[in-house]
Amino acid sequence: MNADLRTRVGGMDLPNPVVTAAGCAGSGRELSQFFDIASIGAVTTKSVMLEPHAGRPAPRMAETPSGMLSTTGMQGPGVDVFLQRDLPWLLARGGRAIVSIAGAGVGEFGELARRISAADGVSAIEVNLSCPDPAAPSGRHFADDASHAAAVVQTVRSHARSDLPVLAKLAADVPDVVELASACVEARADGLSMINTVRGMAVDTRTLRPAVAGGMGGLSGPAIRPLAVGCVYRVHEALPGVPIIGMGGVRTGADVLEFMAAGASAVAVGTTNFSDPSACSRVLREFTEALEARGFARASDVVGAAHRQGAGA
Amino acid sequence: MSDNGPVQVRCPVLNVRRVDAYYAITVVAPGIAERFRSGQFVSVAVGGDHSSTLLRRPFAIHDVKPDYGGTVEFLFSVRGTGTAWLSERRSRDLLDVVGPLGRPFPLPREPVNCVLVGGGSGSAPLFPLAQSLRRRGCRVDFVLGGASADRVFSAITARRIAETAAFTTDDGSFGTRGRVTDVLGRVIEECRSDAVYACGPMPMLRAVTAVAGSHGVPVQVAVEETMACGTGICMTCVIPVVGEDGITRMVRSCVDGPVFRGEQVRFDDVGTIPFDALGAPGWKGSSAARAAESARDIA
Repeated sequence: MNADLRTRVGGMDLPNPVVTAAGCAGSGRELSQFFDIASIGAVTTKSVMLEPHAGRPAPRMAETPSGMLSTTGMQGPGVDVFLQRDLPWLLARGGRAIVSIAGAGVGEFGELARRISAADGVSAIEVNLSCPDPAAPSGRHFADDASHAAAVVQTVRSHARSDLPVLAKLAADVPDVVELASACVEARADGLSMINTVRGMAVDTRTLRPAVAGGMGGLSGPAIRPLAVGCVYRVHEALPGVPIIGMGGVRTGADVLEFMAAGASAVAVGTTNFSDPSACSRVLREFTEALEARGFARASDVVGAAHRQGAGA
Repeated sequence: MSDNGPVQVRCPVLNVRRVDAYYAITVVAPGIAERFRSGQFVSVAVGGDHSSTLLRRPFAIHDVKPDYGGTVEFLFSVRGTGTAWLSERRSRDLLDVVGPLGRPFPLPREPVNCVLVGGGSGSAPLFPLAQSLRRRGCRVDFVLGGASADRVFSAITARRIAETAAFTTDDGSFGTRGRVTDVLGRVIEECRSDAVYACGPMPMLRAVTAVAGSHGVPVQVAVEETMACGTGICMTCVIPVVGEDGITRMVRSCVDGPVFRGEQVRFDDVGTIPFDALGAPGWKGSSAARAAESARDIA
């Protein structure tokens, strides 16, 4: 039996639910040396900003138990180079592109949405709400205040082409992820991506200094998976009609099944791409096998299964 | 997916041996061996499939042999739990290895005189380089250094394959007491060296580049930065490097390197974002710089 792997996220049709997480696959070029980039659901490209950014100084990375702490500071070539070089490369190979955007302010998000909308072939825009919020105290992100996040989503929605799905990328380390999700949906997000990295710190015990420059970094990897699954579950429970791309520490096909059962319609592979460059194709194969072994005819039948069966009543 | 690009293979360990203060593991990996060019590295998963240690460890390739269809040897010292786990591997264990990664050492077209400078385990990639250079008719001289005698790697092999070999140790337990750069100038003059190749810690590469520069000799350096992915996607191994167009960029050691022209690495600014780097805070690129960036291809 061949299961039907197709899934739909906020008006975006994907051949299967396995996608890459923003910042964990570039624009697909490097990973295409290890598998056919068109074979997975989509590539979420690294957050692009309006201008080139050199990012943070080194050290940018520290290994932590079942995860890593990183702080690249949005290094990237800017939207011009992305549109001229990176996006055409991905589309020419048949890849589907979810374009992650990161603005230095609300206005920049609008301009980015306009620029990305003018390009042909983009499947969706993902709004990175874990960017520094210039209207808030230092160190705070747009996602830290649901109303600020909603303002960004609203701006992107109003500048983006009307047929282009807009996904809000949520953070988990906020006072109330359901409130944040609801605010973004009210601002007309077509779907939600969750979760981003979780802010944390590692201290180098030889030097007694923070292990990454700037002190705080973003924690990713399997260490955050239960946190991510919990966020997907709670948001799907509160907003069952809103499609979710679930992510956070996905390493195997079983992890995809877990996120989908919690309420995700698609699932992103992130940090695992760093440690296993062919992970996406392996995860898709494992997920397909797990689905068929359980007798599911359609991947979409798994979405929200954990809710229907009652969770630890 | 590509003929010359890296491959990911689960390959059997042929042997694990102690070499002075280091370990050397040889794996049977024909796909990596046939693609290999000197200066390239492998990244090796550690701790097993269910390990909480996620990240691969990058190691320069020290030797490639045609045995068993193609073997690859890499060298390491035990620094933490990942390398400790590796040192406990035995013959026929399987390792998940990705490679060959990175840009190789460029080789001269003419049979020129080359001096190869290595610090500690950074000497490892210089041995296959020496073989490649000799096949092209180049003269090869070695300058190898380390903290102590047991950290000067493969002195006997260096003596065998090179015209001359000079050694230095910090503690004076072998060769000249001091740093490789204390003897490099003399070697360049005596051997009439036309090119320098170096691999080792960043401060050593900086000093080697200065000595080569003062003798008017071009230098290629292979950096040993920490990295999460090795394939060019994580953006954690960046260093400031000046391009052919004079613009400084934060480039990835893994795919844009690990080999760079020494004078193009901004050694004084490693660990910082230089104010004039492309995209640094306050940076305002000219339209020419932006056009150059658009035209530039990624590796």
